[in-house]
Amino acid sequence: MKKFATYLFIAVLFLPMAGATALASGGAGVEHSGANIEDTASLQRGAKWYVNYCLGCHTLSYQRYNRLAKDLGLSEEAVMQNLVYSDAKFADTMDIAMDPVQAEAWFGKTPPDLSLIGRSRGADWVYSYLRAFYQDESGSWNNTLLPNAAMPHVLWQLQGIQTPVYRTETSESGYTHEVIDHFELVTPGTQSPEEFEETARDIAAFLDYVGEPAKLQRKGIGVWVILFLVLFTFIAYLLKAEYWRDVH
Amino acid sequence: MAKFASSVSKQAGAMMNWLDDRLPVTKFWNATMTGYMAPKNFNFWYYMGSLALLVLVIQIFSGILLAMHYKPSAEEAFASVEYIMRDVDWGWLIRYLHTTGASFFFILIYLHMFRSLLYGSHKAPRELLWVFGMFIYVALMAEAFLGYILPWGQMSYWGAQVIINLFGALPKIGEPLTQWIRGDYFISDATLNRFFALHVIAVPLALMGLVLLHLVALRENGSNNPDGIEIKANKDADGIPLDGIPFHPYYTVKDIFGVGMFLILFCFVLFFWPTAGGMFLEHDNFIPANPLVTPEHIKPVWYFTPFYAILKAVPDKLMGVVMMGASVMILFFLPWLDRSPVKSIRYRGMWYKVLLGMFTIAFVRLGLLGMAEGTPAQTWEMRVWTLVYFMFFVLLFFLSPGGKTKPEPDRVTD
Repeated sequence: MKKFATYLFIAVLFLPMAGATALASGGAGVEHSGANIEDTASLQRGAKWYVNYCLGCHTLSYQRYNRLAKDLGLSEEAVMQNLVYSDAKFADTMDIAMDPVQAEAWFGKTPPDLSLIGRSRGADWVYSYLRAFYQDESGSWNNTLLPNAAMPHVLWQLQGIQTPVYRTETSESGYTHEVIDHFELVTPGTQSPEEFEETARDIAAFLDYVGEPAKLQRKGIGVWVILFLVLFTFIAYLLKAEYWRDVH
Repeated sequence: MAKFASSVSKQAGAMMNWLDDRLPVTKFWNATMTGYMAPKNFNFWYYMGSLALLVLVIQIFSGILLAMHYKPSAEEAFASVEYIMRDVDWGWLIRYLHTTGASFFFILIYLHMFRSLLYGSHKAPRELLWVFGMFIYVALMAEAFLGYILPWGQMSYWGAQVIINLFGALPKIGEPLTQWIRGDYFISDATLNRFFALHVIAVPLALMGLVLLHLVALRENGSNNPDGIEIKANKDADGIPLDGIPFHPYYTVKDIFGVGMFLILFCFVLFFWPTAGGMFLEHDNFIPANPLVTPEHIKPVWYFTPFYAILKAVPDKLMGVVMMGASVMILFFLPWLDRSPVKSIRYRGMWYKVLLGMFTIAFVRLGLLGMAEGTPAQTWEMRVWTLVYFMFFVLLFFLSPGGKTKPEPDRVTD
């Protein structure tokens, strides 16, 4: 009886929320990226892709080049030659010369700084977003994750051009509407679909790292902190047991 | 060597005497630690108090270090937090100590309060101890709310917007009151600046004072225990409670072990899961505050969500605010609502186990629902649990005097 009551209690506590949707976990269309910030080569490739394709518009105002070099295992020369195209110095942040006011005039909206996109949206979202661009019937770019985004598909030469294939869905009220079922690659790009997945994953990993550079260190330190605490707690337990032997 | 050691100890003794003649150090230590008799049967629930004190210290020290680098201005606040996270040596550790500490503070306080409901620690003669504790809890909520605006992210801004606007529901004084709180017509630099002042000076000072009062009141009557009986009722010839043991060294060494266990959990979250999946640090708060863009889903941090759910459950705004306020205020009166002759749940009948079980479910469910996006079905569920939440106190008041009890033992049982 007691056991039953306990189980019932726990079951009611964690009953699924009435009418809860899957939205809570990142939203529809977000796929698992497999981005791994421990993979330094992936971060280096991601940095290269980012500087070549994204940094033209999207600043990383909190990320310093010298920190990047240190964390990604790159020399000052390598960074200055391969990743810095402006007159920025090694200790500068990854800013750009584009005037925000002009940018707004060109794109309708100033392209946001992406220093923290890895934290606000997450690596999986970035990965999925980069793969969710398609060309619609009017011939302009759109994106299933961020419908009607102002951003064109910057990586189209790599991925190629994909168009949507629709399917008809009937809602509960009998009303039918078309939804995108999947994409079809109509013009291949310079990369194979697998290679492009890799590219999107590298960029996602890089932005995940940029979102919190300390993530690379904190886990390593954390292991030692926990090990120390386990030892400390064990000794504290022995001390407590010794003192408490005479209490009964 | 032995001679030297004895001479050192003699010197130390002389110094201690000198000090004791001028400041009651030894007297205080004896009265509050070695001479303070605590029941010998404390269990898991009795770690929370000392751990909450530890977290208070963590918050003060990490807070001081954060304040050395943080800029309380709408222009610079967000960037200064990122500066701490990236450019300040160990800045990320300092900040995560503070953010993880904030959530763990509430976890501990909720468990600490739940302990009271289990064993009747709020009952006579410890009513004031409970009331001071409640003041600490309310001050802590204020402190958490004020601190949450400081990173100046989207959730900081819009969360503050929602909470401050609640005061606007009050008739007549509502609007001027919200303006007075903000120091502006909208949440702005002035609001951030004053919240910073309150967060780092005013509320911490009040908290420290209240914690002191809480501890003084605790030492006056001594701790309750899982059996809910007074150990002072059975004393030996020297007037020492038979079931009491000196707080120091017994509970100091036990609490050190508790600190170790707690820090393992705390550091695990801090180093491996500092956002707690968006619970301790919310995703939207990594986007700078933007008064022109409302986030899709505004919700307070997890420790406020049970009360937020009560607010949302009530259709009328003013009534919602009143009910939300009442849900916290009613806890102050718990010592007088609980009229049971017996303190501990161990010697109360099934009626109390069912009541407390329902109350606990209601609180947790309200917390979960307060985080959800708020479908109509969820609103109805919130209404049910809001009712259950308040019914706990009503039923407790009426059932506790006559509710079935079991005979209490004379001495503590384990």
